[in-house]
Amino acid sequence: MQQRPWLTPRRREATLGYLFLLPWVIGFLGLTLGPMIFSLYTSFTKYNIVNAPQWLGFGNYQDIFEYNEDFRASLYNTVWYVVVNTPISIAFALVLALLLNMKLRGTNLFRTIFYSPTVLGGVSMVFLWVWILNPQGLVDRGLALIHVPGPNWFYDPAWTKPGLVVMNLWRVGTGMIILLAGLNAIPRTLYEAANIDGARLWTRFWRITMPLLSPSLFFMVVTGIIGAFQVFTSAYVISQTVANSPGAPAKSLLFYELLIYLNAWQDLKMGYAAALSWILFIIIMIVTGVQLWLSSRWVYYEG
Amino acid sequence: MAVAAKRAGGNHLMDWQQNQRVQSAIGRTLAFLLICALAILFVVPLVWMFVTSIKTQAQVFDPNWIPHPAQWRNYPDALSSAPFLLYFRNTVIITGISMFGTVLSSSLVAYSFARLRFPGREALFMLVLATMMLPGIVTLIPVYIIFSKMHWVNTFLPLTVPAFFGGGAFNIFLLRQFFRNIPMELSESARIDGASELRIWWQIILPLSGPILTAITIFSFQGAWEDYLGPLIYLDNQALWTLQLGLTVFEASGGGIPMWHWMMAASLVIMSPVLIVFFLAQRYFIESIAISGIKG
Repeated sequence: MQQRPWLTPRRREATLGYLFLLPWVIGFLGLTLGPMIFSLYTSFTKYNIVNAPQWLGFGNYQDIFEYNEDFRASLYNTVWYVVVNTPISIAFALVLALLLNMKLRGTNLFRTIFYSPTVLGGVSMVFLWVWILNPQGLVDRGLALIHVPGPNWFYDPAWTKPGLVVMNLWRVGTGMIILLAGLNAIPRTLYEAANIDGARLWTRFWRITMPLLSPSLFFMVVTGIIGAFQVFTSAYVISQTVANSPGAPAKSLLFYELLIYLNAWQDLKMGYAAALSWILFIIIMIVTGVQLWLSSRWVYYEG
Repeated sequence: MAVAAKRAGGNHLMDWQQNQRVQSAIGRTLAFLLICALAILFVVPLVWMFVTSIKTQAQVFDPNWIPHPAQWRNYPDALSSAPFLLYFRNTVIITGISMFGTVLSSSLVAYSFARLRFPGREALFMLVLATMMLPGIVTLIPVYIIFSKMHWVNTFLPLTVPAFFGGGAFNIFLLRQFFRNIPMELSESARIDGASELRIWWQIILPLSGPILTAITIFSFQGAWEDYLGPLIYLDNQALWTLQLGLTVFEASGGGIPMWHWMMAASLVIMSPVLIVFFLAQRYFIESIAISGIKG
């Protein structure tokens, strides 16, 4: 086969490499980077899609910080959720993973049982939990058996967010599997050596298990926080189901992404909503950056 | 060395070891009881959901576990309270196309990252990984504006076409890990035989990647089947609604008191395909998540 002089096999491979990447490159420019720049511009305008955008400078941002009470409420709710839900979910996933890692009888069955609710999502899963956590529901009946007065969960502003946290305990399967894989990767010899040296369970856990698991935990903390900042479907569906009003009762489920949704799609304030989303984006980037910076203090990488 | 040192300790160590064995037997029994209790707690919600779904409306708040009489009619009744057959059809179309797009484009892109050499490859791959950390909310509004300018609102296009452009950073990452472990000699001998890269991808690499392709197919099935926000913002026209949007007829906004027995019946039917697929292919599912954690 005659080759043109410039098309060496190496160049040919590189050209094909770029060609194969094309779907991603187009997606990245057209669905991620381009829209981000466009959104930044929109955030400085008044824009309802139908009429041309109107330049406001920092008007939207000023409005949000100075006058918007919903912004403060939603930020409070969201931060509450991030701070409470993330550690509890991860700790529970860790408990399940440690139990599964003991290689007790029936471990495969238990793994399937613990994981399977995680695949359930969307509106149907939320309905199930609104039902389970209703004041005459299964959980409160269970609590009554041990003479604990059950809260009104999604009907009581003080208990809506704890209700969400309880619901999420049912769906920690992904974290559990990640931690289980991490536990499996810890060499048994380390535990054997520690045993011989007389290290207690507690010491073994903090000196061997936790350091070697820290990369997996770090991954879960970072992705868990990013996800928790963007909670939407469950909050929206719960408030629509129990109170017919997004964010209700008493704005206790008005999360940040719900606020963005309401501004953009109910009030068609696209510029304002874009400004809100950029504020959230910057908050998430700062939080993630701080975690990356702090990670060198607690995440242990071998070699 | 530690062993020798301790052996010298004599009897004391033997007592200690025996003690340790008894303790660990007790510990394992307690752990087993705990794991059983937790397993029951995990299963109970779904059982209760099913029990509720066959109760009469009058029985719904009764605490009995075996409804008498069982009202199976709830299923056809619940599913005829909205055009669920139409919603099912719409959901199948959207889910099918986006699954196909995801697998096709993520495997092409991952093939390039895993098996072709070109300048800037590692930097570009880092960029792919970085987009995994990007909160989706920041592109939601501008992408909506773009699609609405293209007159794509109230079509399935915004929910299907994006899948063909990369198929998601997480999927690219998983496939790349898998493709890298297929011996390079296979590609090289195919190249000598004159096979094109497209053909190597299609006829050699993809057939060898069954488990990971299965996992990605299931992830994208689950994602599209359960997606709520996407259909919510792009589909106003009720004739285009998906199953998740259809379920909202049972919300308080539908008027009156919630029909819990119907909600549970319809929800159970709608979540069952995902559960069935999971039970059939859980091995692939769980293995691919494990990979992501170790490498992530």
